Amino acid sequence: MSDYLVQFNNISKFFGKVIALKNVTMRLRKGEIMCLLGDNGAGKSTLIKTLAGVHKPDEGEIIFEDKKIIFDSPRDALDIGIGTVYQDLALVSLMSVTRNFFMGREPQKGIPFLKTFDVEKANKIAAERMGQIGIDVRDPSQAVGTMSGGERQCLAISRAIYFGAKVLVLDEPTSALGVHQASMVLKYIVKAAAEGLAVILITHNVHHAYPVGNSFTVLNRGRSMGTFQKKDISREKLLSMMAGGEELDKLEVELKEMDRVART
Amino acid sequence: MSVKSQSIQSKKQTGQDERLKKISPLRVLLNRPELGALGGSILVFIFFGIVAGDTGMFSAYGALNFLDVSANLGIIAIAAAMLMIGGEFDLSIGSMIGFAGICIAIPAIYWGWPLWMSITFAFAMAVLIGYFNGIMVVRTGLPSFIVTLAMLFILRGATLAITRLITGRTQVPGLRVLIEDDPIAWIFATDTFQWLFNWLGKMKLIALRTDGTPLATGIPPSVIWFIALTLFATWILMKTRYGNWIFASGGDKVGATNVGVPVGRVKISLFIGTAVASTIFACIQVLDAGSADTMRGTLKELEAIAAAVVGGCLLTGGYGSAIGAALGAIIFGTVSMGIFYTDVDTDWFKVFLGAMMLIAVVFNNYIRRKVTENK
Repeated sequence: MSDYLVQFNNISKFFGKVIALKNVTMRLRKGEIMCLLGDNGAGKSTLIKTLAGVHKPDEGEIIFEDKKIIFDSPRDALDIGIGTVYQDLALVSLMSVTRNFFMGREPQKGIPFLKTFDVEKANKIAAERMGQIGIDVRDPSQAVGTMSGGERQCLAISRAIYFGAKVLVLDEPTSALGVHQASMVLKYIVKAAAEGLAVILITHNVHHAYPVGNSFTVLNRGRSMGTFQKKDISREKLLSMMAGGEELDKLEVELKEMDRVART
Repeated sequence: MSVKSQSIQSKKQTGQDERLKKISPLRVLLNRPELGALGGSILVFIFFGIVAGDTGMFSAYGALNFLDVSANLGIIAIAAAMLMIGGEFDLSIGSMIGFAGICIAIPAIYWGWPLWMSITFAFAMAVLIGYFNGIMVVRTGLPSFIVTLAMLFILRGATLAITRLITGRTQVPGLRVLIEDDPIAWIFATDTFQWLFNWLGKMKLIALRTDGTPLATGIPPSVIWFIALTLFATWILMKTRYGNWIFASGGDKVGATNVGVPVGRVKISLFIGTAVASTIFACIQVLDAGSADTMRGTLKELEAIAAAVVGGCLLTGGYGSAIGAALGAIIFGTVSMGIFYTDVDTDWFKVFLGAMMLIAVVFNNYIRRKVTENK
């Protein structure tokens, strides 16, 4: 038995002639936060969708708790415990906190064929769960649209955990947030990992990833540039490994050159 | 209580105290989609109470008259509202009514089918057409506006062409005699509570005909269907898992799919719902009139959508209520009949309809902003 909770071994995904992912490998232990870094177009979205069961990998294997698994639908991934929180959060702003929390998995009561949505129970659980992470939902029947960005993100994460996620895949959870809101979300992610979840944090923001991550996988043009433990790599090295870093170096050189030419 | 104390703690921790407001009961009410329609219908009743209070509009006969019109519209408005909450439109409702009408009449009159069989046939066709509408929208991703607009023309054209081909005319009369002994036609054609009305007549509490029978003979079937469908739809929307899926599908298709809501199935079932509601409408009208007309139901789809919008449904989906749509239908029905009891020229009805809808849309838009943006 390996000590990994989940392994994505040599995952490749092609769309026609386009190689979206090639030989990407990621392995996670319980309680570990792995940050998946990459610039726009690096293949992060494709990789997430492959983890979440939306896409089937063309090559490679997914091993969960030492069993090889194949996802036929996002539902399968959910069922074994891979909970994905997409960038759009899959929250409906016109619907209440409770109705969002249980969307697609509403608790029911009553006799068969006449089952009803157990709103009281749902309200209670939703308020409880949100309370645990320090978010005061004044009224669980209030619309999600009234919550702040950070609160929504936490709601989506809390929902994934409640429904049995063992591996949490988070797609850019902090990209649309201000400093205060982002730190609230990051704190919650660390707390979730401390309770034994494995977290894959996808981001292009090294400054958000570095403080919370245990290991870092850098993705560039569909290929993994390797996985690094925190002690082995600095924030600056990570930044320059992402395509953005190299580009920026190049840009700096070019600007200097232009400056020099202009002066002469 | 424990949640409250926890929340106070968290307020202290996060220092967001100043953002928290108490929610007033008014705000709770404002957040209900049917508020506008409720206010509107109260205004309408006050208006006609003053203007036409002594004209017989609110006698048993008069009231049943405008309730009947409201109920007929309500039956399709509720289905249209549920579809709109699910994020789609059905412009083929009116054509479906005409089509369902001849699906009942032609087999019954020309092919000698028993009435129950042709009614069942009409409902089967409705399920098929609704399914087709739904699967087209879901599979192609085209706007339902376009798909069902095409269906509006196809169905109306087919209704006319088939009827003329088989009968040589555009109307199929002669159904009334078939109702009597039919095992299911009564569901769409019987006035209920006749005993009550007879009794009220005997007590001289309601107006009588010259032969001593009451002028209003009972609650028309449309009203019973209307009430039953309003309750059923409200129960579905508020109290079932499927109801939550309807809101989710209309509110955010992608998000709903990602958390495992079968959005396609939900939408298809809602399209079947509007087609079936159109067929209920057709059954009631065809059996009441005793004849099917190829033009029956023309423009009803727009009235149904208007009633749903007045009832608080957002055109973008994800928000609305069945009770709202029912109230919207009552507003339209009451005004369209009530206007006969006033000195106002009935030509003005459409002006009212348009103005009402415009006010409703502006109001709904404001409400949506309130709901989603009061951070």
